[in-house]
Amino acid sequence: MRHTISVLVSNEFGVLSRISGLFSGRGFNIESLSVAETLDPLVSRMTIVTSGDDNILEQISKHLNKLISVIKVQDFTSEDHIERELALIKVSSNAANRAEILSIVDIFRAKVVDVSPKTYTVEITGDEEKIGAIIELMRPFGIKEIVRTGRAAMARSLKQR
Amino acid sequence: MKKTEKTGAAIFIECLIKEGVDTVFGFPGGAVLPIYDVLYDAPLNHILVRHEQGAVHMADGYARATGRPGVVIVTSGPGATNTVTGIATAYMDSIPMVVFTGQVPTALIGNDAFQEADIVGITRPCTKHNYLVKDIKDLQRIIKEAFYIATTGRPGPVLVDMPKDVLNAKTELNYPDKVELGSYQPTYKGHSGQIKKAMDLILASKRPVVYAGGGVILSGAAEELRHFAVKLGIPTTTTLMGLGGFPGTHPLFMGMLGMHGTYCANMAVMNTDCLIAIGARFDDRVTGKIDEFAPYAKIIHVDIDPTSISKNVKVDVPIVGDVKGVLKEMTRGMSLGGGGGAFNSYKKELEGWHKQVNAWANTHTLSYKQDAGGKIKPQFVVEKIYEATKGDAIITTEVGQNQMWAAQFFKYDRPRTFLTSGGLGTMGFGFPAAIGAQIAFPKKTVFGIAGDGSIQMNIQELATAVQYKVPVKIAILNNMMLGMVRQWQEFFYDKRYSHTCVSVAPDFVKLAEAYGAVGLRATRPGEVVPVIKEAMKVKDRPVIMDFKVDPFENVYPMVPSGQPLNKMLIV
Ligand SMILES: Cc1ncc(C[n+]2csc(CCOP(=O)(O)OP(=O)(O)O)c2C)c(N)n1
Repeated sequence: MRHTISVLVSNEFGVLSRISGLFSGRGFNIESLSVAETLDPLVSRMTIVTSGDDNILEQISKHLNKLISVIKVQDFTSEDHIERELALIKVSSNAANRAEILSIVDIFRAKVVDVSPKTYTVEITGDEEKIGAIIELMRPFGIKEIVRTGRAAMARSLKQR
Repeated sequence: MKKTEKTGAAIFIECLIKEGVDTVFGFPGGAVLPIYDVLYDAPLNHILVRHEQGAVHMADGYARATGRPGVVIVTSGPGATNTVTGIATAYMDSIPMVVFTGQVPTALIGNDAFQEADIVGITRPCTKHNYLVKDIKDLQRIIKEAFYIATTGRPGPVLVDMPKDVLNAKTELNYPDKVELGSYQPTYKGHSGQIKKAMDLILASKRPVVYAGGGVILSGAAEELRHFAVKLGIPTTTTLMGLGGFPGTHPLFMGMLGMHGTYCANMAVMNTDCLIAIGARFDDRVTGKIDEFAPYAKIIHVDIDPTSISKNVKVDVPIVGDVKGVLKEMTRGMSLGGGGGAFNSYKKELEGWHKQVNAWANTHTLSYKQDAGGKIKPQFVVEKIYEATKGDAIITTEVGQNQMWAAQFFKYDRPRTFLTSGGLGTMGFGFPAAIGAQIAFPKKTVFGIAGDGSIQMNIQELATAVQYKVPVKIAILNNMMLGMVRQWQEFFYDKRYSHTCVSVAPDFVKLAEAYGAVGLRATRPGEVVPVIKEAMKVKDRPVIMDFKVDPFENVYPMVPSGQPLNKMLIV
């Protein structure tokens, strides 16, 4: 099963390789990973999407906790939370399909952020499902390139920092 | 600049002294010249080794024998990379240690500078934590944290990489008394609800077994374990790492379990209804086929490291905490009448179990046959060392058959007297570890039990032992083979002895003499005891004893890997 894990770490040099080394060294899977500073500049947040059975997830979270640089580990899977990802999609466009592309962009509340004679670049944020859906709709026009950020996640309740 | 400012190198040495370090093991080089200049007249005992791997194993032996962290200083690049096997060895066995490496100046890092190696990157997976000190203002905090992390929680090696410009920069001495590490707070106290559950489970059991590991020794809990097992009358086995954690001569002791464990210990584990694992981690050499390990047992697991629990077996009652405290609490619970009537009926039920265990203990006992006129049996040598020392010695081992015979035929009554590389199984560990232990305890008798293969992996440390007049006694069980590998080839590869004959070897007696050590040899059984006695008289130099033993002796019992523990090959 898929899990989204949020890890607060000391914002110090080498910490990313400690985390990724832990995953590769123990044969755990990373599907996506995003990192950025938090309000406290000494602390960063990593959002890791991983998969495995309960046993593996328990080991992942124990091992993360064991790293000296890790401050807090939170598995969002069983918690009410918000997940977002950003994707940039460069799609072929021509006089015949421009209107159709724009209407899809509109329906998804996405944005066209760059235009060239033969392409549109579309920016979309949303959960995995929404991004998957727009990609499917764009595919027939000819997708030239996609860049996705990996997931950011936040619990809905306030007790989370 | 203020007058009171000192160089990073001078501050580093002062921090070590404040940390209570009395001995460091090291080898110099360009990047650590500033440190070596301070060491020239510092009140600190520096042991100059002949290979950096030797330094790490010595520090490791020192740490295992004393419980205090071992300290190593080496230079950048090759000096640092030479420490890796030693660090990995300490990591696998949770040994407290701090390794300080020199590094090229910060401005050159990443430039493939002369003798630059990314040792922090290289050792990340085999240290508990590691640091690159990029600024002198962080140096003292990092040293403090390094010792704290190495010695608390589940102990382990920490590496601190110090660029040369940091060692030359100046600042005020201001060694912190406390660490502030919000992200690192090991759990020491076991959960009382869980402890209660464990006690209920034990009192309801009819065939309990204690399976104790190296955690008992690391936590200083040998006394507590003995009180616990005796109070509850529980037959006890230990892992290789746990030897000495429970008295080897105690009537409740069943010997070691696992691949080369005793018949009794393995049968007891396969039949117990309540397995109490204490500071042990269900290693594959211990469990055999994991799905058939302790098939009838409810399992209680006490360990300070949450990642050890439910890693490879399902545990019924996990208790995260320091085993010393947990054992104390469990025993106290019993004494406070926590048991009462339940306790009495539990004790009564045990009688049958004790009978059964005793019956196993008298079947397939550890044995060998020494013909007076035949070849020397390696087990005989170990047994004679036990008798000659009356068990009052620190024993280190190399890896292979010698290690298993040292585990089986010497009885360890006290913790920190059996030093062996259990987790990584590092050939070349035993000799330098013996030197480290002897330096920690100059008055004690220290024997290294070695194979002729392993001893050659760090033989250069003979010079170190001679230089510092370290009277370690090394007993080479010389079978002219990489014996343990040969044994596997005999059993599982049709006796195709591929590359396991090492009969082209130095004359160990002459070699010892060439280094200025004492060399002795025994080729017949009758010579074994006189050689051991002779060695024990030497007080100012290392002794190498070359015992020419039967090359085809095997270690029994043996559970072939992947088999359940009750499928033992027996002589
Ligand atoms: C550094 C290292 N290389 C290889 C091995 C694999 N290995 C395990 S036991 C053994 C044989 C050891 O031979 P020896 O030291 O002569 O001891 P014996 O088994 O004969 O007592 C080998 C090669 C190891 N444990 N460590």
